[in-house]
Parts: sequence; C-alpha cells; structure tokens
Amino acid sequence: MVYAGGVDVGSTQTKAVIVDDQGTIVSRALIDTGADVLGAAESAFAQALEQGGLDKDDIAYVIGTGYGRYRVTFGDDQITEISCHGRGAVHMFPKTRTVIDMGGQDTKAIRVSPSGDIDDFSMNDKCAAGTGRFLGAASSALEIPLDNLGTVALSFTRPVRISTTCTVFAESEVLSWLGKGKKVEDILWGVHQSIAVRSFALLRRVGVEQEVTFTGGVARNAAMIKALEEKAGVQFNISEESHFMGALGASLFALERVAGEQKTQPSAETDR
Amino acid sequence: MSITAGIDIGSTYTKAIVIDDELKILAKEVRATGFRLKEVGYAALQACLEEAGLESDRTDYVVATGIGRHQVEFKDIHVTDLTASARGATQLFPATLSILDVGGQTMKCSRLTDAGKVHSFRLNDKCAAGTGAFLEKTARYMGFSMEEIGSMIESSKESVPISGVCAVFAESEVINHLSLGTPPSTIMHGAIDSLVGRSTQLMKRVKAEPEYTLIGGILKLDMMARTIGQQLNTKVNVPPKDMVQFVSAYGAAILGQWRLERLASA
Repeated sequence: MVYAGGVDVGSTQTKAVIVDDQGTIVSRALIDTGADVLGAAESAFAQALEQGGLDKDDIAYVIGTGYGRYRVTFGDDQITEISCHGRGAVHMFPKTRTVIDMGGQDTKAIRVSPSGDIDDFSMNDKCAAGTGRFLGAASSALEIPLDNLGTVALSFTRPVRISTTCTVFAESEVLSWLGKGKKVEDILWGVHQSIAVRSFALLRRVGVEQEVTFTGGVARNAAMIKALEEKAGVQFNISEESHFMGALGASLFALERVAGEQKTQPSAETDR
Repeated sequence: MSITAGIDIGSTYTKAIVIDDELKILAKEVRATGFRLKEVGYAALQACLEEAGLESDRTDYVVATGIGRHQVEFKDIHVTDLTASARGATQLFPATLSILDVGGQTMKCSRLTDAGKVHSFRLNDKCAAGTGAFLEKTARYMGFSMEEIGSMIESSKESVPISGVCAVFAESEVINHLSLGTPPSTIMHGAIDSLVGRSTQLMKRVKAEPEYTLIGGILKLDMMARTIGQQLNTKVNVPPKDMVQFVSAYGAAILGQWRLERLASA
C-alpha cells in the first residue's frame, strides 16, 4: 500500500494528514505551533504516523504547506497553503469554485477552476482584523474557551455592533461593552459579524462563485458559518475535515507526485 | 484663589491635575482608565485634591478632555484632547507649532497657528501598529512589561527591522528574531524605529513645522524622542518625564482658568 503525507504548519496550529493511494484519510494530528516551528511539524507528523500505525518509511512522499512550510525539513517538497486548500476543498466537494479559508492569523479567499487549480486569491497580509485572531482576543477578554465561542454567540438576542477594526483594540472594546452591561452572547455575535464583514470583503474581491467551501480552523465555529453565510447570501460546504483541508490538499499533491514518479521512472531508466 | 482641574480620560490612563490662578500645579495624579470611566475621573481628582490638601469640593471649574471626556459627570465643560494639548504644549513651550501625542491606543499629530490654536490634525486610532499598544505587545511577546522597556533599550546600539504593519503580525517577527538569537533590546529598538516611522509619516501629513513638542505617555522613553529628533533632523521639545503624560490635563486646567476669568469679567 502507498501512503502520502501532508503537514500544514499554520501560524497558530500545525496539522498533519496521511492518505492512502485512494486519497482517503488514514490518520490526522493537530497540535499548537508555538515558537518551535520545526518541532511542531515533526511531532504533528509523528503523531499522525502513530495514529495510523505507520512508520515514516511507509510514507512515500511528504509535502509541507502553511506559513512554516520551509521548516518541514523532513518533507520532500513545499506547496503554498493556497494551492493546498483549493486542492483539498475540491477533493471533498468537487463542485467547489470558491474557498474561504479562515485561520489563526490569516483569512484567504480563493477561486478555483473545475480541475482544482487556483484562478485567483485574496488575503489579509497587512492586518490581523477579520481572522481567527479576533476571536482569540474575544475569547481571552471574556474568558470563554475558543471552542465554545460559537455556541454562546448563537444564543444572542440583541446584537452589539463592534466598531473596532484592530484586533489589539478589540479586547478592550469587548470589555467596555461588558462594563456597560451588555450580554456576553450579544457582544460575541457582534464579534462574529465584524469578522464576517472583513472576510466577505476578501470574498468579494475574488468573486463569490458557487459552490463555496469554508475551510480552516474557524470553519468549525457554527456562529462564524452563520454570520458569513448571511453576509455572502449563499450556503457553504462545510466538511468535518475543514481544519485539515490544507494538510489534506498537501497529502493529495504528495500522492500525485508518487504516482507521477512511478510512471516516469521507467522512462528515466531508458534515457540513461 | 481660584482652583481649576483638568481631567484627561485617555484610552489607557486617566490623568488629573489641579492648578491655581497662577497656573501653578498643585497636584497631579494618574491611574489606569479601566472600564469604569465615570468613577475613574472622580477618583483621580479626589486623589489630587487630597494630595494638595484641599477640600473635596474646592475646585471652581473642572474641564474634562480625552476619549472618555463625555463620561465625566462632574465637569463644567469638556474640550477635545487636541485643544487641550495645544494649550498645554504652548504653555510649556510657547513657540510650539506642531504637536505629536503618542498614547496607549492613539497617535495624534496637530499643527497649530501662531496664536496656538489647532489648525489641522491627523489621528491614528484604528490600528494598534501606530500606538503605544504596539510597543506593549512587542514587549509582552518577549516577556517584558511596559515599565521594563525604558531601561532595557537604553543599552541598545542597533536595531532589527520590525515591519510595523500589524501589532498582531509583529509577534511572528519577534519570534523569528528571537529564534535567530537577536537580543530583546535590539528587537525592541526595532519596534521603536517602526513606531517613529509611523509618527513622522503622520507629521508629514499635517505639514508639521518646528518647533515640535512631543507629548504622551510613550514619550517617557528617551529613545522615542531622540529617534524622532534624528528623523526630523531638528531639536524637539519634550516636557520632563513627570509631566509628559499630563500636558493635555494641564491644558484643560488652564482653559478652566481662562474660562473663569472670562466669566468674572462678563
């Protein structure tokens, strides 16, 4: 059996996925990136191997992606996370034409062709507003775990409008609304809406073409899905594997390389 | 003797100052603004009056300024921070034509007329990269507090580039530099250079001209004023360290005295 791996080293979390020769996910691992980027890449990959009961020699090809992809020194090659998210999304939802990937520090809108190639993309590169980091600020201000934010926000009744653009100032705005007696869920819904406004601006730049697939860690947040769907006016494809979409895309590219090598090797022999 | 007070409710700190009719400072007080804007201004003023040995209702006129000025219930009037800082700065440095005010969450630059009135201004209040919060974040990523920055950077001879586009993204830059073995003081120096770059851009946009007076809590860092002076290639006025944060509050209190005089002569 041939296996291939993808390691997505994000700004906040590192994801590793191993697929079999059918492109089916065999195992996955998720850890915090932290300051030791190389260590994070290595241990995420090691965890995925362990979970799949595999040895690193079983993996024919490994591709690194994400902002720390060049630290995946044990990998065979690197591919940008934009290509990988596009590839992963099209694999999960073949009719995908637009991908919105929301991660810890960046949000990307990607338009893909029917074959999964990248036609256009737009991302926040100057400012962390409209990214998962904004949720992180709200989470620490309100002392609610990141994973619970969406559920709490969905019980809103009278939304609060968050006026801050900057993620750094968001924390104090959230606290000041709390000081004015606003309800936690109403503030949180406002936070989600504010992120939706920013990320929709990115989506509009590449054009919202159906179907839209929402990927990245924040895609697990139900309130974020609702806020962004309302803003975009369409329903999104959401996969159970949304968090691993970049790593999945990377492992699928890795699988293609393996298949390519097997095909080209005989001809390489004859050349000699 | 008429006593006036200036209360400056800033985004991060609240400053109160009490002066007499010769504009002499009787007492001043600073505390973290927090989220109870109504209470903090009152508490700061009461602390001032106590320090000056005055009765708690001894003030004849109270002028509020700063971002939270509307929350001060016991004020007689309020003025914008630009007006207050213009008055305070020209009191301390009469030839001031341009003011740069760097606070916790805002950066303001104003151009004054020869008469000391605000002619034009520009603000940076949407993005933390142009404010004290940028330095605080950068310091915090390395495990230092804002108070420790001053002594830490004084030994620094060189700096590394910190892009300064976003205070959140600066974290990755800091981590990269640290992992390459760059000393924290050199990184902090880079963050100050970046903030200075932002402030000189803002000053260009108001067509700032000398004399320049630099105010706000961030100017307690000597390096900040020194680097701005080098960038502008001119001498800059900086109030003493115990005063640099109080210029707007002082200006507000002076405007209170003026107002009393006008009321008396009317």
